[in-house]
Amino acid sequence: MNAINQAILWLNDPLNWTNPGGILDRLGEHLWISFAAVLIGCLVAWPIGLWLGHTGRGGGVVVLISNVTLAIPTVALLTILPLTPLGFGQPPVILALAVFAVPPLLANAYTGVRQVDPEARDAARGMGLSGRQLLTRVELPLAVPYLATGFRTASVQVVATAALASFVNGGGLGQIISAGFGLGMSVGGGQILAGALLVALLALGIEGLLAMLERALTPRPLRRPRRSRNRRRPVTV
Amino acid sequence: MSSRQWVLSSVRYADAPGNPWFSWQYLRDNSDTVLSALVEHVTLTTQAVAFAAMVGLPLAVLAYWFRPLTGPILALSGVLYTIPSLALLAFVAPLVGTTRPASVLIALVLYALLLIVRNTLAGLNQLPAEVLDAARGMGYGRFARLFRVDLPLAIPAILTGLRLATVSTVALVTVGSLIGYGGLGDLILGGFRNNFYKAEILVGTVLCVALGLLLDLLLAGAGRLLTPWTRGARG
Repeated sequence: MNAINQAILWLNDPLNWTNPGGILDRLGEHLWISFAAVLIGCLVAWPIGLWLGHTGRGGGVVVLISNVTLAIPTVALLTILPLTPLGFGQPPVILALAVFAVPPLLANAYTGVRQVDPEARDAARGMGLSGRQLLTRVELPLAVPYLATGFRTASVQVVATAALASFVNGGGLGQIISAGFGLGMSVGGGQILAGALLVALLALGIEGLLAMLERALTPRPLRRPRRSRNRRRPVTV
Repeated sequence: MSSRQWVLSSVRYADAPGNPWFSWQYLRDNSDTVLSALVEHVTLTTQAVAFAAMVGLPLAVLAYWFRPLTGPILALSGVLYTIPSLALLAFVAPLVGTTRPASVLIALVLYALLLIVRNTLAGLNQLPAEVLDAARGMGYGRFARLFRVDLPLAIPAILTGLRLATVSTVALVTVGSLIGYGGLGDLILGGFRNNFYKAEILVGTVLCVALGLLLDLLLAGAGRLLTPWTRGARG
């Protein structure tokens, strides 16, 4: 119970929030790193996923990418990228996180296009739509629920993983936890718990927010019955 | 054979700049450290997946038998999965203590749980109704049906969950390095702190990825042996 009291005490200290390197700074870093990583992930994964789904090829590639990425430890990628010509600072951290955002975005974009009713596709072709028009006017809108699901999965995953950036001094809320562990359990125990609380609340908050957004943005006829919880993470292999 | 290797490696070592990505020298000099890190990694992974399966399978069966429990069980494990791994470790460590690998193990088990529960439940819920009717008609009770019909037929789905859980656990073990029980993660981060010793970092990473893929292959092979009927009727 002692650690919990310490955590409350630590969170109650206004200086811990406003200091340089305090909670507000770290929160800003965390959100910026996550945002940039998800943005890069979307720019890379969506065009490829939509195109692969449109042509109907590459299902095996999508599964392979998802599986191999799952096996790479985040910690390793965060450690290796700064040693490449990218150098230190935020770019390697953002890139490492973007790598982990790609599989859910890619898989969902691919599935989203593949699941479009073949009859709708045939009808569009019969109306004289070209391949590009078919993709942008029929397949893309019908894939929106899947794109939204993929976006949510990727975002939450990146926000959660961004905590690990603290291992390489990459900033973010994880830094509070690492600093606590650095102080040792007797002194830093409260700070560790407080940091964990902040990171967990942020991840859960983003999850809730994006779930509401997803529901609001999906066109009404496409809204699935409340089943989406079961497919947040596409099951590959 | 070994002398040729030695010549090759010594030439490489001489040519390489001071901090190469790969060096035999490092592997030879530190084989004990690397081996113990690997053993720790394998131990933590297998223990975590085994515990998660022991907890997850009964949970999934409960959710399968009593429909009202499905929502809460999936929601709870979903929330656990959303919580960042570092935060989970930070929650567990002050309460369990940082001097034991148990802290890492608990965090890992909580993570693997969702994948196992969700896939097992999906497998159980997709059993064909005729088969279940037939089993009931043959007089199977609840438990007999579970062990002789339901679970065997759900093996492919259960194994999918186990494979996902295993591979992601292998990658996650490295986070435990923060409290000193990270298996190969200790090598990766140790090299990072040790003046960016690239050979150490790369050995840890490569072994980690190789271990994940190897365990995945083993489970896939076990799945083939356990489900001969999925390989198509022959003869």
